[in-house]
Amino acid sequence: MNANKKLGVFIASAIALAVLPFVVGSTLGNSWVRTIDFALLYVMLALGLNIVVGFAGLLDLGFIAFYAVGAYTFALLGSPHFDIHLPFYISIPLGALCAALFGLLLGTPVLKLKGDYLAIVTLGFGEIIRIFMNNLNAPINITNGPQGINLIDPIQIGGFSMGKTIDVAGFALNPVHMYYYLFLILTIGVVIMAYRLQYSRIGRAWVAMREDQIAASAMGLNIRNIKLLAFALGALSGGVAGGLFAAFQGFISPESFGLLESIMILAMVVLGGMGHIPGVILGAVVLTIAPEILRDVIGPLQMHTFGRMIVDPENARMLLFGLAMVIMMLTRPEGMWPSKRRKAEFEDAKKG
Amino acid sequence: MAEVLLKIEGIHKRFGGLHALNNVALHINKGEIYGLIGPNGAGKTTMFNVLTGLYTPDEGSFTFDGKDLFRAPPHIVVAGGIARTFQNIRLFHEMTALENVMVGRHIRSKAGALGAILRTKAAREEEAAIEAKAWELLKYVGIDDVAHERARNLSYGHQRRLEIARALATEPKLLALDEPAAGMNPKETEDLKALMEKVRNDGVTVLLIEHDVKLMMGLCDRIAVLDYGKKIAEGVPEVVRKDPKVIEAYLGAAHS
Repeated sequence: MNANKKLGVFIASAIALAVLPFVVGSTLGNSWVRTIDFALLYVMLALGLNIVVGFAGLLDLGFIAFYAVGAYTFALLGSPHFDIHLPFYISIPLGALCAALFGLLLGTPVLKLKGDYLAIVTLGFGEIIRIFMNNLNAPINITNGPQGINLIDPIQIGGFSMGKTIDVAGFALNPVHMYYYLFLILTIGVVIMAYRLQYSRIGRAWVAMREDQIAASAMGLNIRNIKLLAFALGALSGGVAGGLFAAFQGFISPESFGLLESIMILAMVVLGGMGHIPGVILGAVVLTIAPEILRDVIGPLQMHTFGRMIVDPENARMLLFGLAMVIMMLTRPEGMWPSKRRKAEFEDAKKG
Repeated sequence: MAEVLLKIEGIHKRFGGLHALNNVALHINKGEIYGLIGPNGAGKTTMFNVLTGLYTPDEGSFTFDGKDLFRAPPHIVVAGGIARTFQNIRLFHEMTALENVMVGRHIRSKAGALGAILRTKAAREEEAAIEAKAWELLKYVGIDDVAHERARNLSYGHQRRLEIARALATEPKLLALDEPAAGMNPKETEDLKALMEKVRNDGVTVLLIEHDVKLMMGLCDRIAVLDYGKKIAEGVPEVVRKDPKVIEAYLGAAHS
């Protein structure tokens, strides 16, 4: 019975996910499908950061750097900039590997740091990467500086490109639809990876290290290796998301990889429920979709009620967003959908 | 002559101006219960931290079971076969009792990230073996009935036992216990004594720090006494308890 029920839920959600872009596309328009595509990218990013912050307990404020490394790797290997056009099944794994290497590069000097100090150094690291991207156009033009890289190849499978609309049996299959399925498959891959890591010897070691580093090392855990592994694996999924982002957008510039993005991803993890995979997914989806809804609602709402714009919609959006975060952290600091363990930790902390 | 398992000589450890360990030598034989006593601040816990790699000694030598562990980091020491518990219990509080012991198996297992992600046959089998061994150890220390309870919620005596089970999970040759009977009632202390004898009879050498001198005299094969970072006596309990230097250290010069 239980197994049947599980199978039922599984099939229902599979069908729901399969038809989602068409339902959304025909009712709300394709710009919303695009938003959903971004939500999937952010799910991948948030799950990657969750390995570092949620599982291993290492506060990382520069996670966007790995997204940037993945995106730039993909862009440089598939655009007219260097006139290299590698297929995606090479350049995306390469981007992920590059990001993982940068994860080690960040992880090595911060091995002894924790808490606020770690946060500051990782924040600096994120900024360094962005500034490098911004300035590596001279003396040799590698990243094309602030202009960014344009005309990045879309994903191509066989002879068929995901960058153009095609007709399948009378259906107009937009790029946003095709990317949706690609992102969905890879997101599911990242989810499975995160789940399996969590319930493994490695996942246990991360939790033990987060709870008591001295006891963990006295139990024979090699803290250095475990930390580096967390940084590298987190960066890996950040790199995959970055490569997909570059292909999807066709254009990247350093502007896309600022500090605010890092903070948004961290907010997704914290707001959703640190260390809890379903919670993190929820956090990423809510924090991608909610601002878009606000964008659509605030302007018309003001026109309707006051007859004129009182607050600039963009400012109002950020204001409401900030307010929601503050309220959330005051009333439910463990996040929207926390794991049992994390919830218990917060309850114990409250009791003192 | 019994076989020497652990041999440290001329160990010095300084913290700024404080000479916490001053030329300390210890020999622990295979299969014995060895006690380390001394007044507060004598350097017992510092000695322990040096033995388990948490502190790096300034000078001296440290060999264990034929391996040189001088200044080795903790995970190498544990791999070499020394496991410990802490004076103020340091469990992974939000993990269950079973998970705590499973963490102890880390060093004796090897599935990596790739094995975990791909969930290979080897990784699955190893995981099952880790869990089976953890259950076995919980039964061994007598707390398998609370295996799925979070460590934080266990009673004090159970937490002590869990810490011992977690240390035993690393398959130590030497089990080092830092004041395991602290805060226990007489019944719990008796049970603990029985457990330590069981551990020793199963072939694990035991090193013990304890304040309860009565317990130590009845349990240990040999005892060393530290005072102000120096070893002032070593030997079988009957001799050590009559040593005037030991009496002086514990009770003050007037009594000697």
